[in-house]
Amino acid sequence: MASGSDEGLGFGSEDIDASSISALPTEVELLKRAWRNEKASPEILQFQEDVVTNARLQIEHMEETVEAYEEDGKDALTVSLYQMDLDRTEFLLRSYLRTRLQKIEKYMIHISKTELWNRLSKAEQNFATSCKENMENHLKQSVLSRLPYGYQDFCKQSISSEEDDMVPQPQLDTFVFCKSKKTVGSFQLDEGGDEVVDLIADDLYVLRYKSIKPLVETGQIDLV
Amino acid sequence: MAGQSDPHLSIFSAAEVEFLAEDELVKIIPNMSIDALNLICGDFGPFYPHILTEVPIWLAMALKKRGKCTIQPPDWMSLENLTQVLEAERDSPREFQPLPFHYVEISRLLFDHAREDIPDVHMVRTLVEDIRDVRFHKVESGFEEINTRTHAVKLKNLSAMEVNIVRPFFVRALQAFYKHGDPQMILQPDTASRPTNVGDRGPRRDLRPR
Repeated sequence: MASGSDEGLGFGSEDIDASSISALPTEVELLKRAWRNEKASPEILQFQEDVVTNARLQIEHMEETVEAYEEDGKDALTVSLYQMDLDRTEFLLRSYLRTRLQKIEKYMIHISKTELWNRLSKAEQNFATSCKENMENHLKQSVLSRLPYGYQDFCKQSISSEEDDMVPQPQLDTFVFCKSKKTVGSFQLDEGGDEVVDLIADDLYVLRYKSIKPLVETGQIDLV
Repeated sequence: MAGQSDPHLSIFSAAEVEFLAEDELVKIIPNMSIDALNLICGDFGPFYPHILTEVPIWLAMALKKRGKCTIQPPDWMSLENLTQVLEAERDSPREFQPLPFHYVEISRLLFDHAREDIPDVHMVRTLVEDIRDVRFHKVESGFEEINTRTHAVKLKNLSAMEVNIVRPFFVRALQAFYKHGDPQMILQPDTASRPTNVGDRGPRRDLRPR
């Protein structure tokens, strides 16, 4: 996923005098976008490593600044404004990471068995591994070991199941609200090519997640 | 899994939508001097008394609560504009008028925290509420048009809070139709070239009795 190439203003561009907003999205805007997409998408998206690293750096830097201002006896109002800005950014970052953790907890087995695994950060992979182990051990000890032979598998209903049929998977058939930043043009919604939608910049659509998945992954469309 | 409610249906809380709206810019007139602020979300100020400047709403609210500024309501919040929007909103039963994506939250924040800065605040408030009602009514009548053929819905100019309120029902309805309407889609090839615009969707079909 090309997380670096971001055209357009992203958020807050509805304002009438757009001239006052710089053309390049700020770190916060990128983080906000990652947060919105992650919250609105049914499956886990690519971890936004650069965005998170930069946000962390900025938060650390701001924490130092606020501390220094407090020591210098800077006026309380200014300090509180910096603190508010810091709190807002921290909230975004935490909520982004937490949203991902919730998805990992919910779909840990599915994620660990598919290519979704590569979308996780190192830390998230460690979390997913230990989470899965704990869950497996817990279920084995408390329930599975007491079931009759053939019904003791962690992922299968019974020994006769050919596939893992007890693994929760994200529902990709769900519908999402989305907005394209620029005109994508005609976009095919299904494999047969029967359903085509004309995606115009800044218009709001409700579409099936599965059909616009590639557009979300390449950052051409934003979930709202 | 089938009957289980999907926690993904309401993904943003009202507070989170408001949080996003608070980053929109608004013009303020400070009554004191503050040095420029180099915030993570951008650089704002320096602030001088009586000199108009633009800041995010959360910053404006923080200053306002401490009595350090007056807020200039955005242009679209004028009586004239809102009257026009309301009229247009009533005249076109199938379209939403262009308003800021966060108009509900912005107006709410200003009504709650800066009422004395808005000229004709009672009238403005009534107008915004009327506009919201008319728009919601349109969304509701739009619901009736969702059917098994609906694969895409275009909601031009629908605002953030409106999206958030209709999301659970909308998603649920579309999912149900998608699931139950599938075999029918194959049997009826005439539905293939259905236009996707809300305006000209095919004839309405009632739910099949269970």
